[in-house]
Amino acid sequence: MFAADFDYYRAGSVAEAGQLLAQHPGAKLLAGGHSLIPLLKLRLAVPPALIDIGRVAELRDIALEGGGLRIGALATHAEIARSDAVREHAAALAEAAGQIGDPAVRNRGTIGGNVAHADPASDLPAVLVALGATLAVTGQGGERSIDAGDFFTGVMMTSLGEDELLTSVRIPSAAGRGTAYVKFSHPASRYAVIGVAASVALDAGPGESVCTDASVAIGGLVPGPVRCSAVEEALKGRAPSGEALAAAAAAVAQDLGGDLLGDVFASADYRGAVAPVYVERAIAAAAGRATQA
Amino acid sequence: MSSRIFGSRIRRREDPRLITGSAVYTGDIELPGMVHAAMLRCGHAHARITRIATEQAEAAPGVVAVYTGVDTDGVLQPMPCAWLLPDAELKIAPYPCIAKDVVRYTGDVVAVVVAESAHEAYDALDLIEVDYEPLPAVIDPEEAARAGAPELHAKDINGDDISGNQAFHWTVAGGGDVELAFAEAEADGVVIKERILQQRLIPNAMETRGAVAQYNRATGELTLWNTTQNPHILRFLCSVVTGVPEDKLRVIAPEVGGGFGSKIAAYPADFVTVFCAMRLGRPVKWIESRSENYQATTHGRDHVQDVELAATKDGRITGLRCTVYAGMGAYLSTAAPGIPTILHGLMLSGCYTIPALKEDVYGVYTNGVPVEAYRGAGRPEATFILERLVDMLANRLGMDPADVRIKNFIPKFDDGHEVVTTLNYDSGDYPGALSKLLEHTGYRALRERQRAGPSNGKYMGLGLTSYVEICGLGPSQVAGAIGFQGGLWESAIVRFHPTGKVHVFIGASPHGQGEETTFAQIVASEIGVDVADVKIFHGDTDSTPMGWGTYGSRTTAVGGAALALAVRKIRDKAKVVAAHLLEASVEDMDYEDGKFFVKGSPDRAKTIQDVALMANVAWTLPEGVEAGLEATTFYDPPNFVFPYGAHLAVVEVDARTGHVELTGYTALDDCGPQINPTIVEGQVHGGVVQGVGQALWEGAAYDESGQLVTGSMLDYALPRADQLPDLDVISTVTPSPHHPLGVKGVGEAGTIASTAAVYNAVMDALRPLGVTRVDMPLTPERVWRAIQEAQGS
Ligand SMILES: Cc1cc2nc3c(=O)[nH]c(=O)nc-3n(C[C@H](O)[C@H](O)[C@H](O)COP(=O)(O)OP(=O)(O)OC[C@H]3O[C@@H](n4cnc5c(N)ncnc54)[C@H](O)[C@@H]3O)c2cc1C
Repeated sequence: MFAADFDYYRAGSVAEAGQLLAQHPGAKLLAGGHSLIPLLKLRLAVPPALIDIGRVAELRDIALEGGGLRIGALATHAEIARSDAVREHAAALAEAAGQIGDPAVRNRGTIGGNVAHADPASDLPAVLVALGATLAVTGQGGERSIDAGDFFTGVMMTSLGEDELLTSVRIPSAAGRGTAYVKFSHPASRYAVIGVAASVALDAGPGESVCTDASVAIGGLVPGPVRCSAVEEALKGRAPSGEALAAAAAAVAQDLGGDLLGDVFASADYRGAVAPVYVERAIAAAAGRATQA
Repeated sequence: MSSRIFGSRIRRREDPRLITGSAVYTGDIELPGMVHAAMLRCGHAHARITRIATEQAEAAPGVVAVYTGVDTDGVLQPMPCAWLLPDAELKIAPYPCIAKDVVRYTGDVVAVVVAESAHEAYDALDLIEVDYEPLPAVIDPEEAARAGAPELHAKDINGDDISGNQAFHWTVAGGGDVELAFAEAEADGVVIKERILQQRLIPNAMETRGAVAQYNRATGELTLWNTTQNPHILRFLCSVVTGVPEDKLRVIAPEVGGGFGSKIAAYPADFVTVFCAMRLGRPVKWIESRSENYQATTHGRDHVQDVELAATKDGRITGLRCTVYAGMGAYLSTAAPGIPTILHGLMLSGCYTIPALKEDVYGVYTNGVPVEAYRGAGRPEATFILERLVDMLANRLGMDPADVRIKNFIPKFDDGHEVVTTLNYDSGDYPGALSKLLEHTGYRALRERQRAGPSNGKYMGLGLTSYVEICGLGPSQVAGAIGFQGGLWESAIVRFHPTGKVHVFIGASPHGQGEETTFAQIVASEIGVDVADVKIFHGDTDSTPMGWGTYGSRTTAVGGAALALAVRKIRDKAKVVAAHLLEASVEDMDYEDGKFFVKGSPDRAKTIQDVALMANVAWTLPEGVEAGLEATTFYDPPNFVFPYGAHLAVVEVDARTGHVELTGYTALDDCGPQINPTIVEGQVHGGVVQGVGQALWEGAAYDESGQLVTGSMLDYALPRADQLPDLDVISTVTPSPHHPLGVKGVGEAGTIASTAAVYNAVMDALRPLGVTRVDMPLTPERVWRAIQEAQGS
């Protein structure tokens, strides 16, 4: 019910946040607090200090840059869900952000906190992987950029260093492609039991359009987001509908492997068995939004 | 306006303070010198305590005291059980406020820390060392009743043996010849059998429980602020447990943020808080955390039911036979024994003519949180049995479920109908309710649509419930006969001030239902004052008259009647005073809309405000008439009231994933004349949704060792608005013949009806897939597995 004692610092800038992180080993960054504060109250996290970055204005922006999107780490789920730029260039992300938790969570929770926390049941990691996002981070060793596919390393584990701060998420424009996110949400927590993000490009053939390129990632039932390359392979050159789509979606079993998560509400077996349905629906929704090149 | 105020949709006067956060809850009480308590819950389902060391905690910063069962033993009496079910071999196990030797569920209190701040108290909990020797645990009530199951209690409070964890064995009275009915049905009819699990539910009131206790050593007076639904009962129980005499004990229920039954019981932590306040001579506050609420505040339901229905081949019900194992949890909570018995078994014949009926209920101790009343309390579990069996009968006979119901309904009656369980229903038109529902929803057309088959792998299902429930508890004579350790009347004091403003003091204790509004409407409509001029006081045992509390949909049905009668007494007196002032004889006086006037000459009139002034100044009053304008009534109802209705749920089941979507819901409820239809609809909305929660999402899950797995809102799925369709709420109006206002109750109706309606709808959708039963809650995985099994894969 009550967090253990901790020291509290508020950073005014990215630079100050970096200094405070270096000065206080073991300190935790505090963004929207919607993952960290529950852990503190349950005393599952007992950091000596919190560094509040919630008011660092430079981390808030959502902007179009070089044909892609740059989303500041502090952009909230609600801001992302209603951003015209995100809806146009990364519809799947807006769709996923709009389905997170409930309005209170979406108004406080940030994209940076969401991915840094790397909860396997989070929605955004799979989306960022499917959309080929890169994450800009800064720390004592300077700035670097990490592919979303390399960022998530396990249950609540990332390649972010102890002293590093995530500053923004960059997403290449998906212009012409269709993207979508389909979610099976847990009725209590609202987190993803299964979440599938898809980005699909179609050709403009004379007959039935076929998929020229697909990028699909799944989360919720695995320790970290999984890129579904078997599904993508099976889809290439095929129509994203009917039997062909069903067959491609079924290939997700190969991508998932055997290490599935389950709980009292939905066992690992069940999640694995119905995962193809969600893969199929995500691809169909994405294809429906793709303009034929 | 006054004559139309009864039945008008005025806004709830409670809402501004609730919405703006200015309401004062137990947690908001601050007193000079107050310290804070935190309870150490054992965390074991069943274990022997071998050692407790508190020294470290005592030395922790801010800590004022640490107490264990050694301190409270003999000082606090065991927790009383207040529903002594007769003829049921009731065995009440000792229920200490703080466990000293053995703990029997994870929420058992083993120690309390009192500190200067709540934070410090919680910090110090971690420093108490307790060694436990784990004992085998059992959660499932049927398993707990089996030979060889772990035994929770050796002896009851009288020193008699408790065996097989059996707390009681109750059999429903009355009943016709059940064996014969089944023999005949076996020979030349149909017998339907089903096993129903009414899973454990966690009530989840928005406000958790809490208490603040202040003891004055000089006067020996104790004040207890508590999140209770029934402050007067709590005062009595607190007196029994703490020894503080009732006259020196004041219980205040400030704003209470919902209860749903979970705030009826008295709890050990309340009295431990009192104990600390008395020991320390400082006010002590204890506020339950949400996790603690899940572990220690009473749960609901938890029945394992084996049920059988006998019928003729043309669909006429001839008998019902049930065996129920009702989990009671580790101890018998305050009213627990009456819930799965009196409030359940007596309602088993529902809206139907059932000539023969028998039910055996075994109340069983288990290592779960104690089970108590939870919205509907026994009646949802009865309605479900009947409504499920009726649907199964329809399926067996190839009849429409609506037609089987129509065939078996008790015909319309308006002044009493005795059923097989000996209850005398007051009034009802069950066929009328169902036919209005069918017509309103276009039921037959929906069936047509369903016959078109699934679209996109989605199967449509329709589920009906026809229900009647018992509420307005109840005649005190009956309360005595069924072992309830109290009366069930209500009282009201109505006081007119000189300016014509009214204060009403009631013993009932609303906590979210809106009776401050509806009670003001009753007064306004009975005596023609403006509703704004009526103030309702409740919840403080020092200022309100005795009353038995708010539960069992009884506050308006019983308290509202007391109030109406008190106002009518005032009207009678006011008429006498008005006649005197107008120099007319009382027989010549008429009353309308707040005015007393001489028959035939409406200009010769006195308003109720004129009379209030003159009665209060008392310059001239008729001979023998006392000064003041005030009345008190005690209303002991002559019978229960029996609201009823019919609900329809429409669902779509995604056969590929097992997802159920509730796509439509219509509730028709008849609670008699509605004082405020908006408030009635609000009660129906909330009630329906809670019942849908049981069907689709909610369920307390324990693991093998007796740990609650669904111990937080992260895992325990409460219904949310975005999972629900718009609820279509309609009504019929059948007054209760014996009630001064004709009103029945509506607090629990929605819950009583909706679980079965939704369940029936899902089973209806799954019929083409060969699925006939799935345990609740109907989670996607359970539905999906049932489909897989039925399809043989
Ligand atoms: C009731 C509820 C329901 C939810 N439902 C969902 C859901 O359906 N789907 C979903 O995806 N999520 C859900 N969430 C989680 C929500 O999305 C969180 O907001 C998000 O996971 C964390 O973002 P935050 O800004 O609140 O981070 P915080 O809680 O402040 O921080 C989380 C972690 O990230 C670190 N961190 C924060 N910002 C940075 C940064 N810029 N650089 C490096 N590290 C950083 C913190 O140190 C901390 O370890 C839910 C949360 C709640 C409370």
